[in-house]
Amino acid sequence: MRTIDVSLVTQNIKEMCIEANHFLSKDMENALRKAQQMEEAPLGQQILQQLQENMKMAGEDMIPICQDTGMAVIFVEIGQDVHFEGGLLEDAINDGVRQGYAEGYLRKSVVKDPIYRDNTKDNTPAIIHYEMVAGDRVKIIVAPKGFGSENMSRVYMLKPSDGLEGVKNAILSAAKEAGPNACPPMVVGVGIGGTFEKCALMAKKALTRSVDERSPIPYVRELEEELLQKINHTGIGPGGLGGSTTALAVNINTYPTHIAGLPVAINICCHVNRHAVRVI
Amino acid sequence: MNKYISVPLDDVEAKTLRVGDYVYLTGTIYTARDAAHKRMYEALEQGKTLPIDMKNNVIYYMGPSPAREGRPIGSAGPTTASRMDKYAPALLDLGLKGMIGKGKRSSEVSDAIVRNGAVYFAAVGGAGALLSRSITASEVIAYDDLGTEAIRKLTVNNFPVIVVIDSEGNNLYETAVLEYCKE
Repeated sequence: MRTIDVSLVTQNIKEMCIEANHFLSKDMENALRKAQQMEEAPLGQQILQQLQENMKMAGEDMIPICQDTGMAVIFVEIGQDVHFEGGLLEDAINDGVRQGYAEGYLRKSVVKDPIYRDNTKDNTPAIIHYEMVAGDRVKIIVAPKGFGSENMSRVYMLKPSDGLEGVKNAILSAAKEAGPNACPPMVVGVGIGGTFEKCALMAKKALTRSVDERSPIPYVRELEEELLQKINHTGIGPGGLGGSTTALAVNINTYPTHIAGLPVAINICCHVNRHAVRVI
Repeated sequence: MNKYISVPLDDVEAKTLRVGDYVYLTGTIYTARDAAHKRMYEALEQGKTLPIDMKNNVIYYMGPSPAREGRPIGSAGPTTASRMDKYAPALLDLGLKGMIGKGKRSSEVSDAIVRNGAVYFAAVGGAGALLSRSITASEVIAYDDLGTEAIRKLTVNNFPVIVVIDSEGNNLYETAVLEYCKE
């Protein structure tokens, strides 16, 4: 048994909120650079160039990459030999978000009620997903999610007879519909299988996978590659203003499902695909 | 084509802008997004006056991140314009000449753009740090309680935008995609 004081969680989450909103992971940086070299449209190239300049400025001047610093989505993988002390874990996580968004000059984009919409003014509550795993470590992923692209995400409850073709159509039509609204080049997270909520959660988590890492399952890997090409053939391009770079990656996760169902969730993320990862 | 124009936007100049023009705006623009639009719309319904005069002005759909000390503004990129589609035609009919955002617009908005000789610009989404460099001053002038969604008066210097819907109703999102489509 390992005892962890929850203040350590707060401290890390605070720092990770600030880090994720100012620095993209290396794989995203590389993908944007590579995209600029491959892009066919002159305006598309110019936009990809600006996105890289934007990232450089964000890091150097400590100004958020995007003004939509997101709703804080937090994955916590807790080793089952860990015991937390010093307070409620959930409170500690929200304290971290509160402190990070205040001290990091991040935008407060959360409203208390979906209908009455008063801003909570500290970007809490976070969206927290807990998972119990083996060991005595705690892995935390902080993924601030902007809503321009979140709004273009979709869940389709397909029929088993729709099969692989149905899945392909669902992914492609979600990406096409997202178009310029989702700030392309986008990253497309997909969950196939499970239940209604499980596929959505898989799609979200797929966005935290490196964009240059493919699925270990052969048919899923092929699907990721085929869909990336198909999405890039739509012509939507950077900023939706035409070009050959519409997506940087399609990351797909799968899970067993019911005999009667084929759920597919597509979680679209903009080119500011943010996530900070730490293990404590 | 690169163009350098001043804002508020002149009636004649607005009509010379064409889809695909890369335009650098200098002068004064105003921010408003979801909550401010809702409030302005309700004010109009109740016969009240708006906090800003729409005539020849440009609205930027944007809610910035907080400014660090000594800076005019934080990260300041465009938000998705379609959420303002419900409110935009009424503002265009009051003389609003330009909108800056990102993403598609409804046919009602496009019609109102043509009817009023206005223009819809896109700024590069997700480039909030870069775009903030073209904003030299920012002042909340209405709806302060809305926080990031308050109406701000911005002074801009060569603020880069692209014409996406022009006064003739041409739409760059529709035409540019076809050019590179390989389906």
